Amino acid sequence: MDAPIRILLTKPTHDCHDRGVRYLMRVLRDAGFEVVFTNFLVSDDVLSAALQEDVDVIGISSSAGGHMPVFEELMDGLREREMTDVLVIGGGIIADSDAVRLREMGVGEIFGPGGSPADIEAFIRQHVRRQPGVAVR
Amino acid sequence: MARLITLLESGHPDAQREGAELFPHTGRALVIGITGPPGAGKSTLVDQLIAEYRRRDLSVGVLAVDPSSPFTRGALLGDRVRLRSFVDDDHVFVRSMANRGHMGGMSLATPAAIRVLDAMGMDRVIVETVGVGQSEVEIMNAVDCTVVVEVPGMGDSIQTMKAGVMEIADQFVVNKADRDGASRIAQEIRRLLRERGVGRRDNLVVSTVASTGVGVDELVTAIETFLAAQRASGELERRRVRQLHTELERHVSQKAQHRVMAGLHSKVTEDILNALQHRTRDPESIAAALIDESLNVDANSPVGARRAGR
Repeated sequence: MDAPIRILLTKPTHDCHDRGVRYLMRVLRDAGFEVVFTNFLVSDDVLSAALQEDVDVIGISSSAGGHMPVFEELMDGLREREMTDVLVIGGGIIADSDAVRLREMGVGEIFGPGGSPADIEAFIRQHVRRQPGVAVR
Repeated sequence: MARLITLLESGHPDAQREGAELFPHTGRALVIGITGPPGAGKSTLVDQLIAEYRRRDLSVGVLAVDPSSPFTRGALLGDRVRLRSFVDDDHVFVRSMANRGHMGGMSLATPAAIRVLDAMGMDRVIVETVGVGQSEVEIMNAVDCTVVVEVPGMGDSIQTMKAGVMEIADQFVVNKADRDGASRIAQEIRRLLRERGVGRRDNLVVSTVASTGVGVDELVTAIETFLAAQRASGELERRRVRQLHTELERHVSQKAQHRVMAGLHSKVTEDILNALQHRTRDPESIAAALIDESLNVDANSPVGARRAGR
């Protein structure tokens, strides 16, 4: 039996716009994912949570700006720790020009308002790189 | 190590070998279980326990178990929201686990995951169970000290007298002690313990307000006192052997079940289903016959004869 896909969904502590990420949490849970939810202050929080929780996917919600350095540091950190097989996605209020740069950085996709959660689920299932249940040490 | 836990959780064939390699390097960490009803403040209390253990310069591994959906196998693992005071501390390792349909308060892989954190060199491993009702007592078979968290307002004095979770505690906590009724529930528990003749230790029941940290220092001291006494009396080791014995039996029963079940589907023939439908044979007798068949028990052998004669 395949292990469920594990995803870390996280948003900045100071960002109170949590409706979207909470909705997605429930949708992905109902889609059979194991969803770890937490807030973060700095990008290292995301990195260590992803490492300890051994997630297949990281989803960052940003609705209050300031996300570019977070993504930048996160992608660098993932490379440093050889965790490049972790799929990173973003959502919330992220400008199109930012989204272009984020995709160049290696972020899988950016999902904005009005998007369908079913699309997010489908994207993750298509792009998740790690084979669930297979140990790579 | 994080990936090792994933492997152990998955039940992958490699898991058994990895677990075997790990086992000789375990047994050093002291393991504390935190259990209690949903919303009792277990996660917040664990966050405070981490802080207190860090003040005492001990490293802490945490396994936070939450329920999986019985329908989709999905899970929302939300304990990390409260367990986040130490994200940049190398001496703290927090892992959320879904119970993956296993009842009893933990997941099947929790004992193995405890050993991973133990082998990592964590001084203390804290296991936070799913929010439990009255009968999820499995945690006592996995930890050195079972802490039961109660809160005021959950029922009358009869509740404290019921069997189950209330019986497995090595340490009680009355959390949300700033609320009405907290001192009464602490009193009820103390009386219960006195009646059972086990309430000799003063701090067997500790009151806390986890959201502010009140009483946490006293709680950790109580837990450590208990663990030190267990170790000194040799009970710690005896208890661990009993737990491992229980785990051994569980593995035997699981592996036996897997092996028997593997060949079962092909053996349930149309004839058997017909016999069931017409009520000429009952499910339990058929099950016994199928198991005998798959274990190749010969009715004439001593074992088979004994079984047949029963």
